[in-house]
Amino acid sequence: MADLSTDLGFLKLRNPVLTASGTFGYGTEFIPFMELSAIGGLVVKGLYYGPREGNRPPRLVETASGLINAIGLQGVGVEHFAMDVLPKLRRFDTQIWVNICGSDEDEYLRVIDFLNRQEGVAAYELNISCPNVRQNGLCPALNSRWTFDLVRAAKAESRRPLIAKLSPNVTNIIEIARAAEDGGADGISLINTLLAMAVDIETRRPKLSNIFGGLSGPAIKPIALRMVYQVAQAVKIPIIGMGGIMTGRDALEFLLVGAKAVQVGTANFVDPAASVRIVHEMEDFCDAHGLIRVADLVGTLQTGL
Amino acid sequence: MKHFPSAKIIRKQSWGDYHLFRFETVLPASSAETIEAKPGQFVMVRVNEGYQPLLRRPISLHNAGEDWLEIFFKVAGEGTALLAKKREGETIDILGPLGRGFDLSGEWKGKSVYLVGGGRGIAPIYFLGCTLQSLGAEVKILYGGRTEDELPIRGKFTIAGLVTVCATDDGSYGFAGFVTDLLDREIEAGRPDGLFVCGPDLMMQKCAALAAQHGLPTQISLESMMGCGFGACWGCVKRIKQAGHSNWRKICEDGPVFKAEEIIWDEA
Repeated sequence: MADLSTDLGFLKLRNPVLTASGTFGYGTEFIPFMELSAIGGLVVKGLYYGPREGNRPPRLVETASGLINAIGLQGVGVEHFAMDVLPKLRRFDTQIWVNICGSDEDEYLRVIDFLNRQEGVAAYELNISCPNVRQNGLCPALNSRWTFDLVRAAKAESRRPLIAKLSPNVTNIIEIARAAEDGGADGISLINTLLAMAVDIETRRPKLSNIFGGLSGPAIKPIALRMVYQVAQAVKIPIIGMGGIMTGRDALEFLLVGAKAVQVGTANFVDPAASVRIVHEMEDFCDAHGLIRVADLVGTLQTGL
Repeated sequence: MKHFPSAKIIRKQSWGDYHLFRFETVLPASSAETIEAKPGQFVMVRVNEGYQPLLRRPISLHNAGEDWLEIFFKVAGEGTALLAKKREGETIDILGPLGRGFDLSGEWKGKSVYLVGGGRGIAPIYFLGCTLQSLGAEVKILYGGRTEDELPIRGKFTIAGLVTVCATDDGSYGFAGFVTDLLDREIEAGRPDGLFVCGPDLMMQKCAALAAQHGLPTQISLESMMGCGFGACWGCVKRIKQAGHSNWRKICEDGPVFKAEEIIWDEA
């Protein structure tokens, strides 16, 4: 059996498969369907300091091999999370990462400060792709200066490894990734969803109440692979790749282009045990190809003649 | 363990766009659990193997036993059209039963209840009617559709010994008019102790208004497109007021059944 362990430098994972924030609820929803300790870790749905309402429905629309969502980060806030959710998750032998949101820099720092004092959280994923953090609904991950400033402030506050989650909705992903690295991020996760919309020609209305939403699922995998590949060439910190991973083979593609770990997202909705299945499929591939360590595949894409 | 990756279709019945499947849902011998399906719960059905469509389809439970489940659905789009093509002997990946279902706690013996189903919304009403009858309630089914063809399973209610009154919008069968008009008439004739409703949104909204007018305890089963069906995606929300506070609640996990007075209809 191949060794699936993964060393991110700042953390060691049992295997390279985590679940993506926003697609795995608070983790507890999946307990009836899968063994949480069989995956590398889980990333909890984005948390603001307080509870948050989210958007009006319709919040979801299915598109070709994909899904557009505009949930609006409805959630319970850090206090409820710490009291009600975290004790249930701590019973499992898996890493708990928390995705952190804020409506301004101060809120991000307050969330980090609160979570610093809670046991059982392994790392923070800084959701700098949140809307409404800066003027005109822009998010920090759209601008390298904003990214640098927020990552630096968050890193100074954080007592845990900090991973910056980048948005793909930019002209130059390399510039943003370097800003996160320069700001002190321990790692980078990408890609968040692609800004998208869907239209109903009968009603002549957008299919989402929010007009725009974030596209995920197999439809975005080629874009995600391209961006992970570009960023892997440009930064030294470890990359956690995601975007449309449905199978172990998809996950291995992300390792080849330079990701040390992956996150499984939309697949969790279709198959609640998808993350565990993907671990097994990666292992089967390694065994079938005589590979001893899955980590040996990272960044081995051959592009020469 | 509420996942049946290869549930076999052991019976299929079709009436135009309406279909009824019975699945064999045998739990592994190692499992200590039972299915324990309740009326008002639903399953998430994977209609194909590939990525188009990507998501499962939520479909109401029509009936259930120890090792089988039934669904009754109408072809409404790409997903249900693919599902309708499945044949007896084929297997389908189903997740469930999910959701909380109808609240049947308390005493039902001798209580009079009206169960209103419109179109494909009749699906959970059969399971509910049989269950309430076994609990000793006096059940009356009000089954509505646009035309006679929209009432394909009306006969089975009668066979199960459930008093059934049908309504068609075009008057082609039973009461001529909306099932909500029929409900209005039935309430005037004899006020029930409880009301249960499943159907199109407008119909349910009208039933909720009648329930409020007559002060009838009413449970309504909502329908929604769903991302996951088990509370992870937060996509299928409805505005729900409980204990004086309103919020977006998940139809899949917190419902799909809510008390009529809890549902705020005008907010999407």
